[in-house]
Amino acid sequence: MAPSSPHSPDTISSVTDSICAKHANTDGALLIILNAVQDELGYIPKSAVPIIAKQQNLSRAEVHGVISFYHLYRDAPGGKNTVYICCAEACQAMGARDLMQHASKHLGVESHQTTSDNLFNLEPIYCLGNCACAPAVMINDTLHAKVSPQNFEKIIEEARKT
Amino acid sequence: MTQFYVPSDSAARSLGSDKIATMVSENFSDCSVIRNGSRGLYWLEPMVEVEIDEVRHAFGPITEHDVESLLANGTPNEAHEKYLGVTKNLEWLNSQERLTFARAGEIDPLSVEAYRSLGGFDGLEKSLQQSPQQIIDAIKESGLRGRGGAAFPTGIKWQTVADADGAKKYIVCNADEGDSGTYADRMIMESDPYSLIEGMTIAAIAVGADEGFIYTRAEYPQAIETLEHAVQQAEQTGYLGQNILNSDNNFTLHVRKAAGAYICGEETALLESLEGKRGMIRYKPPLPAIEGLFGKPTVVNNVISLASVPVIMNKGAEHYKNFGSGRSRGTLTVQLAGNVKRGGLFELPFGTTLRHVLYDLGGGTASGRPIKAVQVGGPLGAYIPESDFDTPLDYEEFAAIGGMLGHGGIVVFDDTVDLGQMARFAMEFCALESCGKCTPCRIGAVRGVETIDKILKGDEVTANQKVLEDLCHTMIDGSLCALGGMAPFPVLSIMKHYPDALGTGTTKTR
Repeated sequence: MAPSSPHSPDTISSVTDSICAKHANTDGALLIILNAVQDELGYIPKSAVPIIAKQQNLSRAEVHGVISFYHLYRDAPGGKNTVYICCAEACQAMGARDLMQHASKHLGVESHQTTSDNLFNLEPIYCLGNCACAPAVMINDTLHAKVSPQNFEKIIEEARKT
Repeated sequence: MTQFYVPSDSAARSLGSDKIATMVSENFSDCSVIRNGSRGLYWLEPMVEVEIDEVRHAFGPITEHDVESLLANGTPNEAHEKYLGVTKNLEWLNSQERLTFARAGEIDPLSVEAYRSLGGFDGLEKSLQQSPQQIIDAIKESGLRGRGGAAFPTGIKWQTVADADGAKKYIVCNADEGDSGTYADRMIMESDPYSLIEGMTIAAIAVGADEGFIYTRAEYPQAIETLEHAVQQAEQTGYLGQNILNSDNNFTLHVRKAAGAYICGEETALLESLEGKRGMIRYKPPLPAIEGLFGKPTVVNNVISLASVPVIMNKGAEHYKNFGSGRSRGTLTVQLAGNVKRGGLFELPFGTTLRHVLYDLGGGTASGRPIKAVQVGGPLGAYIPESDFDTPLDYEEFAAIGGMLGHGGIVVFDDTVDLGQMARFAMEFCALESCGKCTPCRIGAVRGVETIDKILKGDEVTANQKVLEDLCHTMIDGSLCALGGMAPFPVLSIMKHYPDALGTGTTKTR
C-alpha cells in the first residue's frame, strides 16, 4: 500500500495552480509543469491531474497518459531519497546485476518499492552517463562511481544521516 | 599565487573531486582553484592540474592523502607518486585529434571570457560575415554526419530546412543521450556548453530559425544546470537573444528536461515530448525538416554534431574534412566504457581500428581477464568478437560487419560475461522502452524475452532458436523506428558469434 499523502489538498492545488499559471503562455508546457510539480511535491498527486488538464486544455486521460508514459514520474508519494542503480550494459559489465541484488537485499525492498521507514525508493535506471566509472549509482542528484556492495552500504548510511 | 585546476564534471565529482578542491584551498594558502571541465581521462580522475609559468602539470587520480604533497617549494612536485607530467604532453591527449573537445577540461565551463580566449565564438563571428547558403555549403563540404548514430549528412538536413516554406523554424538539439556506454554529450554540456550554444546559433542563422530547444535527459541534472547558466550568460553577453553580436539575427534558446524515456532519443518521439505529449514516434514522411516541432520545419541534431559546427566554421570545412577515412570525415568521439582499464573519451579521426582503441588506448579489461566481446553503438549495437577487432572505426566498415558505430560508445566485457543474459537484456530493454506504436517492437520484444528464456532453459532449443531468428528479422523489417528495428542486432550477433551462449552450441543458421 502506498504511504498516505504528505500534502494537504489545499497545498496540492495551490502549488499546481501557481506552476500552471507560470507556464500558461508556453507552448507544449505539459512536461515542464509535470516536472515542476514533481520537483516541488515529490510526486504528481492524482488531485493535481484535473487542475493541470483544465489549464492545459487537455482531457484528464491525456494528462494521465503522459504521466504513465515516462519512467521518472511518480503518481504516489515515495520515500525521502531515491536510489537509482544503473543497470545498463556498461554497468552490467562491472557487476551492476549483483549490485542491484545487494541493494535490494540491503534495503529490504524490490525495484520500484519504498523502504518501510520511508527513507529510500529503489529504482533501476538505464544509464547515468558515468559508464567509464561503472557501476554507477545516483542518490537524488548525487552521482557515485565504482560502487561496490561495501561502498553501497556506506553511501546509504551517509544518506540516512542527512 | 599558484593556479590549481580541479574538474567539476559530474563523473569527476562522483570520484571525489569536490572534496579534493576543498582540500586544495585549505592546504595551500596562496592559491586559486579553477573548477574546469573534464578532459575525459576518467581513469585519472580526479585529475588535478597545477599551473606554473603558463604550463599545466597533471596529477591523478588524486585521493585525499595525495593533496598536501602536490607542491614542493611552491612548484609542482614532480617526485609525487601521482605526477603524470605536463598535461599537453600526456600521451593519452597527444594521440587524439581534439577538434570538438578542444576546450573540454581546459577551462571553467561557464566562463565566456575563457571560452573566447580559446577561439570560442570565432566560428559564429565568421558565420555572420557569410550568407546562410555559404554556411550550409561549408557544413556540406566538411562531410559532417549526424553524430547521434544515424550518420545522416548534417548539411543536407540544414539545406532541407532552409529550403522549406514558412516564417517559423526551429533548431532542436537532441541531448537525450540514453545509450549505455556513451557520455560525450554530457561532457560537452558540462565541460564546454558554449560550443553547443554557438553551434545551435550558427544553425539558426543558416536555416532562418529564431528559436531553439535543448532536450536533455533528466538523468543528467548537472548538465541541465550548467546549460541553464550558460544560456543566461550567453544572453547577457550578446551571443544569444535579440540582435546577436549586433547583427539582424535573433535566437532564443530554451533548455528542456526530459522525464526518463529512452525512446525520446528518437527524433520524432523527442518532438512529441517537447510538445508536451507521450513520446510516441511519428510516421515519416513528413520529415521533421519539413514538418517538425509544432508542425514547423525543424533541424534536429545531436549535441556532438552541433558542437562540431563552430570548429568547422572557424577553421574551415577543408580542415575538418582532412581528418577521417572513406565517407566518414572528421573525428569520432570514442567513449570507452564498462570493463576497461582506461575508460574515457578519445576524440580520434575515423579509420582507427577497434583493436588499437581497446588495447593501446584502453589497456584491455579492468579485471585483467581477456576481452570476450565489445558492444559498439549502445544497446542496439552488435556484440563484436575478437576476430573483428581489426575493423576500422568508420560508418561503412562497421555496417559491413553487421555492426554500427552509433554515438561512439564501446562497452567492454571480459570472459565472465553471460552473453545469453545480455541477449535477453537487449529484448528486455526494448520491451521496457518501446513506445508501443508498432506491433513488431511492442509485442516482438516481449516474445523475444520469452523465447530466449525457453532457449536458456533448454526447452526445444533448436526450434526456439529458429523462432528467435524469425522474430528478429520480423522486428528488423517491420518496426517503425530504430528501437524495434535494431534491438535484434545484439541478439543476432550473439547467436552468430557466440553460439554457445544461446543454446547448446548447436545453432543452425537458416
